[in-house]
Amino acid sequence: MADDHAHGFGKSGEEGADHEYGFGTRAIHAGAVPDPVTGARATPIHQTTSFVFDSAEHAASLFNLQTFGNVYSRISNPTVAVLEERIASLEGGRAALACATGMAAQMTALLAILKAGDHIVAASTLYGGSVGQLGLGFARLGIETTFVDPEDPDNFRRAIRPATRVLYGETLGNPLVNVLDIEAVAGIAHEHGLPLVIDNTVASPYLCTPFAFGADIVVHSATKYLGGHGTTMAGLVVESGKFDWGSPLSRDKFPEMLEPSRAYHGVKFYETFGDFGYTMKARMEVNRTFGATLSPLNAWLILQGVETLHLRMQAHCRNALRVAQFLSDHPLVNWVNYPGLPQSPHHALARKQFRQIDGNPGASGILTFGIKAADPVRAGERFIDACEFLSHLANIGDAKTLVIHPASTTHRQLDEAELQRAGVRPDMVRLSVGIEEADDILWDIDQALRQAA
Amino acid sequence: MNSISELRKILGSCKTIAVVGLSPQWHRPSFFAAKYMQAHGYRVIPVNPAAAEILGERSYASVTAAAAALAEQGQRIDMVDCFRKTGDIGPIADEAIAIGARCLWQQIGVVNETAAAKARAAGLATVLDRCVKIEHARLFGGLGWAGVNTGVISSRRPQQLPY
Repeated sequence: MADDHAHGFGKSGEEGADHEYGFGTRAIHAGAVPDPVTGARATPIHQTTSFVFDSAEHAASLFNLQTFGNVYSRISNPTVAVLEERIASLEGGRAALACATGMAAQMTALLAILKAGDHIVAASTLYGGSVGQLGLGFARLGIETTFVDPEDPDNFRRAIRPATRVLYGETLGNPLVNVLDIEAVAGIAHEHGLPLVIDNTVASPYLCTPFAFGADIVVHSATKYLGGHGTTMAGLVVESGKFDWGSPLSRDKFPEMLEPSRAYHGVKFYETFGDFGYTMKARMEVNRTFGATLSPLNAWLILQGVETLHLRMQAHCRNALRVAQFLSDHPLVNWVNYPGLPQSPHHALARKQFRQIDGNPGASGILTFGIKAADPVRAGERFIDACEFLSHLANIGDAKTLVIHPASTTHRQLDEAELQRAGVRPDMVRLSVGIEEADDILWDIDQALRQAA
Repeated sequence: MNSISELRKILGSCKTIAVVGLSPQWHRPSFFAAKYMQAHGYRVIPVNPAAAEILGERSYASVTAAAAALAEQGQRIDMVDCFRKTGDIGPIADEAIAIGARCLWQQIGVVNETAAAKARAAGLATVLDRCVKIEHARLFGGLGWAGVNTGVISSRRPQQLPY
């Protein structure tokens, strides 16, 4: 018996550590081992609403969360689960939950820990749809949001009240492409026992992993770079697994993480599931009951995109930097905003937080500019109409280059004061630079500028 | 943090598990972790002086008493799995060492480094702040449904069904 010990696994310290796989390997493999029944190497599309129970007892165990397994695809589905695990891995998180859209993911992430009477402090530069969801949608549920200028992280601190439960911001704002100092805001959040939620859509986990700078929860519109081809709506909520819901500063703020759940069979989420208790709560109490679940087919389409995320993001960054430099030097362009440019006020933060591409901070594919013209707003509209293959539509993160005039489209629901607070200039043209030939993108921009000015 | 290969070895070789602090109540984590392990081929030996029998197995007052009873059946306890407060683990570790257990496992929220160090020095494998059920499911597929980052990257077909 003693020999058994000596030759067994007794000396924990001498065991080789797990091999750490790089981003590109995890983008292709994480969450997807071969199918145990068929040996299928590609992830099967489990297009089924429901999963049979082995027995009445098995059914009861599954419902009670005593046995792991699938019940109904509104709660979990094996194809969707592959996407969830893959993004959890790419973000360096503990667990993830997929939702029908990015907006659903944001709603699910926040409703998992918020109720009427609670308060959010959020960056004023959030995507317009997010401003609407928090400022108007959540307000109707009795959850109030204070929007603050994220340029000074202390603005978050100043807006915190006793009822505040979460701080919220974006790695890269849309369309301002302002860079949030995640580490500073996370520090403020943690001083108050609050989690920091970061929308990492525009950077993608290839360029930035907010958990590395102290964020606690990440949300994605996977519709953008993760899917990458403009075909499929999806969203994700990812948990770092590092936030201590039971700490002296936090436990009174989040009793529902600690006490028996009235919404799910008396389960104590933090005690039972530990560092993925938040994700389980979001799955069981929000996604299961509010129903914004991702379909298996859409999960599979996003997975196809994720397999090339690392390659596409490099190409997006290279092309966007070339476009930004081209526009900076163009006689018909008044101003250019791209954090990858050295003259950007956000360049230093971009260098700190983003992966380097060719020695430059990889600042993703979104940039904005204004045209030099007597009536720059009209010129912006003419520019868009004059583009030959740049697509005029309300999305970002496609392999195709996209162009839009935010003031008259994506941010149309904001009034003038809100537009100003969001930093959306009336003449602003937004480009989501794709991965076509850079020379062709420059050609189309140039010819459209000449027609517009 | 234990490596995947180390946890595979522990869970692959420790087939009899003394669960200290096993609750007879169906909704407690200790009960359904033990129930899960039982359903996956492990023998669970309850250690709870307040109960006579849990999950169809006789419950014992201590790890030592459980080990003595099992020895009479020609069996041994491989793992001592602790659902107890961090402060209570010291004496349990001593018992685990004395009965020749191969692993001292401390559940989620249980982190007694001193007891772990002592067990390691005696040749036991140690796991802290982890759930035996969650780790089994993480490595052998069952946790796949929950979107957890298992860390498993493999091109081999799993040799058991996940659930």
